[in-house]
Amino acid sequence: MDWVFISATLIAAIRAGTPILYATIGEIFAERAGVLNLGVEGMMLMGAVSGFIVGLKTGSPWVGALAAMLVGGLMSLIHAFVSITLRGDQVVSGLALTLFGSGLSALVGKPYVGVPGVRFTAWKIPLLSRIPFLGEVLFQRDPLVYFSFLLFPLAWYFIFKTRPGLHLRAVGEDPATADAAGINVFKLRYLYTFIGGMLAGLGGATISLSYTPGWIEGMTAGRGWIAVGLVIFAFWDPLRAALGSYLFGGVNSLQFGLQTKGVTIPIYFLQMMPYLFTILVLIFATQERVRRRVGAPAALGIPYVRGER
Amino acid sequence: MTVEDMKVGRGGFPWRIRVEQRLVRPRWVSAIVPVLSIVLGLLTGALLIWANGVDPVAAYVAMAKGAFGSKYALGETLVKTIPLILAGLGVSLAFRMQLWNIGAEGQLHMGAIAAGGIALFLPQKFPQIQPWMWLVIITAAGFAAGALWALIPGALKAYLNVNEIITTLMLNYVAILWVDYLVNVPWKDPASLGFPLTAVFPRELWLPRTPGLFFLTPRHRVHLGLLFGIIAAILLYVFVTRSKWGFEVDVIGRNQKAARYAGMRIARNVLIVMAISGGLAGVAGMAEVMGIIHRLQHQISPGYGYTAIIIAWLAKLHPLVLPVVAFLFGALLVAGDQLQISMGLPVAVSFILQGLILFFVLGGEILSYYTLRIERVSS
Repeated sequence: MDWVFISATLIAAIRAGTPILYATIGEIFAERAGVLNLGVEGMMLMGAVSGFIVGLKTGSPWVGALAAMLVGGLMSLIHAFVSITLRGDQVVSGLALTLFGSGLSALVGKPYVGVPGVRFTAWKIPLLSRIPFLGEVLFQRDPLVYFSFLLFPLAWYFIFKTRPGLHLRAVGEDPATADAAGINVFKLRYLYTFIGGMLAGLGGATISLSYTPGWIEGMTAGRGWIAVGLVIFAFWDPLRAALGSYLFGGVNSLQFGLQTKGVTIPIYFLQMMPYLFTILVLIFATQERVRRRVGAPAALGIPYVRGER
Repeated sequence: MTVEDMKVGRGGFPWRIRVEQRLVRPRWVSAIVPVLSIVLGLLTGALLIWANGVDPVAAYVAMAKGAFGSKYALGETLVKTIPLILAGLGVSLAFRMQLWNIGAEGQLHMGAIAAGGIALFLPQKFPQIQPWMWLVIITAAGFAAGALWALIPGALKAYLNVNEIITTLMLNYVAILWVDYLVNVPWKDPASLGFPLTAVFPRELWLPRTPGLFFLTPRHRVHLGLLFGIIAAILLYVFVTRSKWGFEVDVIGRNQKAARYAGMRIARNVLIVMAISGGLAGVAGMAEVMGIIHRLQHQISPGYGYTAIIIAWLAKLHPLVLPVVAFLFGALLVAGDQLQISMGLPVAVSFILQGLILFFVLGGEILSYYTLRIERVSS
């Protein structure tokens, strides 16, 4: 076997999968609380552009990433207000957020197109990074990748094994009962929509500060939508989200791998693969869901009105 | 009925404001929401433009001039209105059934591919066929290509219940990449100096211009697609409001369970609606390349398919209101081009305005069901 090729592909899969993983976990939090936010693409773009600009101005990718999280969170509050407080249609509101975010990021980022900025650099973890093969693949990455390694198991533990996680799920499954049990449905929905926005923003910043450093208009190229699709594939479970994201990253990076191997498929078809892959994955996930009877959070997309059943 | 009190009357103030749900919403309220939304959207947009160091007044003046300032400008606004009407009608039909076809952009590209492929290669093989017949064939092909592209997510939805939002959206990217492939590799014009373009279509196949209406300059670019759009709007109106099928679509959209109990065939209707929806977007793409661009190239559409979604929503899915809204958004797109030409702002700025307007419509819709009442506190 060609170990160099395999490790290069795995590394590329992790790098390409990380931005999506953040966005997917963020959307899982929002949807678990019953809020469908289709604005992920817009929030990621705003995260990418603000992370890049703030990183450039402060000279620190860390400050940039934090700014991206804040901006992503603020963007999500628009959707939260329209869909939770005003009870507007969540599909349309999310679409509006994506349009708004892609327009605003283009406007804000206009002077920064092609400008060299800051980026996260790789940290070699002592000892671990020297494990043959695995060390190179897993432990010579940058901090955003390490943080995502920590995030997905923690998110899983939080959602399924803790009391606040139980409240989160309750709010998305049966808000009326949760309300009766003394859980503040509105507060939690706002909170998790905001967290979802922060993670989408961070996902965007992972692109502009780590994966392909720099800013180009529309640079997320549909990854926000792919994340929304992966949430369904993941059955709203962060562990499966990680699996899906890295699979996606693998498919995404395979195109470069194939090119270096001299496979002469026109690049356009290779570029189609992630989108087709998302559709394929969605088909299988939908079938599996029927078989295993895993449903979406029961109150997903439905505004909660006190006193109405 | 829920009544929420906002107690402004603390501390012995004898009046308070009550927020009350309206039982009946007066007509003027539902008419004013879209208008007010557009105004508020433009105002908020002005703030954002200003925050980015551009004079919003100058920007809006440039936009207004670009969209309405001359007979030529008006013509250009109509030119952009054409694909928006067609794609918007398609999207609105799907939305009636709560079928979230977000894929008009891709369906439009497929319509353009089919039209372009025929226009580039077939006429020289069949010289006996008259140009007007090609017009019919190409229009039908545009419709068919958009319909087939929409039937992929349609069938996945109808038979496997796969979420159509994601699949229609993913196929947008795939369709655009197909166009990019064709114009870069097999259909590329050898004389294009490396640009991603096909050869120009034979002149006799171009969609004819409309006759010189009084408000247009002689060199206007408004083409027959406008007629297609208007006919489609009228047909759709008749079908949606007057036919049994239109009734079924509405019932399925409002309550799938009830529709199922009434014996309506949901899967079949999903397929029909997706096909027509995508077909109309395909005609939009066909009209754009046969009437305006006259070749295939990288970038056929400035997001017509996405703008169509907003138009459908703003028009409340009404086929006869939709062309009017499409005209306003056509103006917005032309204005966006103007911003790029005269002030160097990215075209995507019009997406900011579109998104904002949509937010205000959504919020306004809800708020318009409430009314403020100031009343005396009885103590």
